[in-house]
Amino acid sequence: MQHGKKTLLAILAAGLVSALPATAAEPAKIGFVYVSPIGDAGWTYQHNLGRLQMEKALAGKVATKYVENVPEGADAERVVRDLARDGYKVVFATSFGYMNPTLKVAKQFPGTVFEHATGYKQDKNVGVYNARFYEGRYLNGVIAGKMTKSHIAGYVAAFPIPEVLQGINAFAQGMRSVDPKAELRVIWTNSWYDPGKEREAAMTLISQGADMVTHHTDSTAVVQAAQERGVYAFGYHSDMSKYGPKAQLTATTHLWGDFYTRVVGEVLAGTWKPTNVWGGFKDGMIALAPLNPAVPKDVRDLVGKLEGELKAGTRHPFAGPVVDQDGKTRVAAGQSISDADLARMDYYVQGVASKLPKK
Amino acid sequence: METHLFTAILFATIVAATPLVIVALGELVTEKAGVLNLGAEGMMAVGAIAAFATAHHSGSPWLGMLAGIGAGVALSLLFGVLTLTFMANQVASGLALAIFGVGLSGFIGKPYESVALPTVPALPIPLLADLPLIGPALFQQQPLVYLSWALFALVSWFLYRSRAGLVLRALGESPSSAHAIGYPVIAIRYLATAFGGAMAGLGGAFLSVCYTPMWVEGMVAGRGWIALALVVFATWRPLRVMVGAYLFGGVMISQMFVQGSGLHIEVPTQLLSALPYLATVAVLVVISRNPKLIRLNSPISLGQPYRPDA
Repeated sequence: MQHGKKTLLAILAAGLVSALPATAAEPAKIGFVYVSPIGDAGWTYQHNLGRLQMEKALAGKVATKYVENVPEGADAERVVRDLARDGYKVVFATSFGYMNPTLKVAKQFPGTVFEHATGYKQDKNVGVYNARFYEGRYLNGVIAGKMTKSHIAGYVAAFPIPEVLQGINAFAQGMRSVDPKAELRVIWTNSWYDPGKEREAAMTLISQGADMVTHHTDSTAVVQAAQERGVYAFGYHSDMSKYGPKAQLTATTHLWGDFYTRVVGEVLAGTWKPTNVWGGFKDGMIALAPLNPAVPKDVRDLVGKLEGELKAGTRHPFAGPVVDQDGKTRVAAGQSISDADLARMDYYVQGVASKLPKK
Repeated sequence: METHLFTAILFATIVAATPLVIVALGELVTEKAGVLNLGAEGMMAVGAIAAFATAHHSGSPWLGMLAGIGAGVALSLLFGVLTLTFMANQVASGLALAIFGVGLSGFIGKPYESVALPTVPALPIPLLADLPLIGPALFQQQPLVYLSWALFALVSWFLYRSRAGLVLRALGESPSSAHAIGYPVIAIRYLATAFGGAMAGLGGAFLSVCYTPMWVEGMVAGRGWIALALVVFATWRPLRVMVGAYLFGGVMISQMFVQGSGLHIEVPTQLLSALPYLATVAVLVVISRNPKLIRLNSPISLGQPYRPDA
């Protein structure tokens, strides 16, 4: 029995090796590794939309495949290696925890291109990419500030890491820019994904007076809770209007399609170089979902104008002066925050009513 | 939104605790018969998707909850066949059931991820609902919340005041004695296991149909495991199970209110999130610290297979 298994493995391995030298006429194989099931909304769903868009744009030249629900860690390394060994030309690893496994495999497969989402380590054949979600959050905050009656907004957040804090602070900056009285309250769930807890957090914020809620967690529970309680919400990752047609004013959505098309195109043309891409509105990597009819005309116009300024680079959500909760100036007037400072953000700006626990 | 803070916290606590109460009481009955079914998480997950799918297609949340119960029973009977008929190891089978159920629910649930269900309306109880402070929290709940209270009364009465309950507990203590007197040990254990499955399925149905009316893979998020732990830490006493579940819900909701209030707290949020677990375990250990009582309450044959003809 044991012997038979080994023989079978050997045959399989031989089959894999013989499949390696692909002829030029065949479409290039492009692999995607997803951290969760695709589902109908959320982080992975958006990456999958990007994959489909790229596949359509490069029809005939590429064949894509995805592996979903891959846990970060040892399993990820196996999946990434399998794809590389199967002759995949490009592998997109779409979760932060895939960083080290991907780098490890990349060293063993120098002929394969790897692109890692949200990471910070590059290599000769490893590029990293991410989106400036906080730009969308800023505009969400502006809408919230314009439309709130209670001057309180609620934010359901997963973990106090820089990416999440960027979103919270950008929202607060946006909200305070139009409503100086506004305050933003934050509840941490310490879980990326627990619909029950996310819902409770949203309900808590609403019963404490928040009439605008948003979230940096993975389910649609917050938007649904807002719909149920008759307050407004901002979706994240995906357009969640289906789950809260009255509640969702807009959503900060991720668009990866153009980026994927560009990277694969470059690889096919032989011009690809490892890069660190951090794109926002300007690069078409994020967008706002269609605004709810409840958003009045003047707010629409303002949001359109601000989005234009963000695109043109004449406005930055963290343009100085940025003052943190303790009154310390983090970004001086007339200056703008550097990407490095953004990437290690560990404070709340003024306007966030909750306190960030000290480390 | 002008609800009193206390009312809001109490209301949310009750809602958060209800699935735990339902599932833990079901598991309590199963374990009192000497059967250790660790598959609650899986049975909840399958109950949740069965209920969601049925509620979606039929338009009736009640049919959905029946389907959730049915799915939980089906899965628990599978467990019963393995452990009661074929004498497989209960711990291993239960763990397998938990993993299998979660996986199966994800598989069945694929087409339902984009579907939204209407919210089940609350059922205010006349007069009581108008009581100040506690009225809106206790008596403007969804029907399943009241059902969980009825279930508590029923299980307490059944176990300690009825003859059938006495037989069930006897099975958990000494199946061979019960068999010698002439009770059908395996058949009764099947019933107890099925009841546990039904309640786990109903708990799952509460999550997907009442609590967050939607289906997403992994939405049970560990509540099955918490319910299992509650039974043990409550030393197999229904009232303590109830206390534990409400305490867990209460601390979870209160820490959120503290966070949302904007009060200055120098406590890491990770610790706040761990607080419900810590508080529940601590309190239950304190109230059930009498070792003699623990030995008296825990079913002695728990987890051990029994073959009547041996």
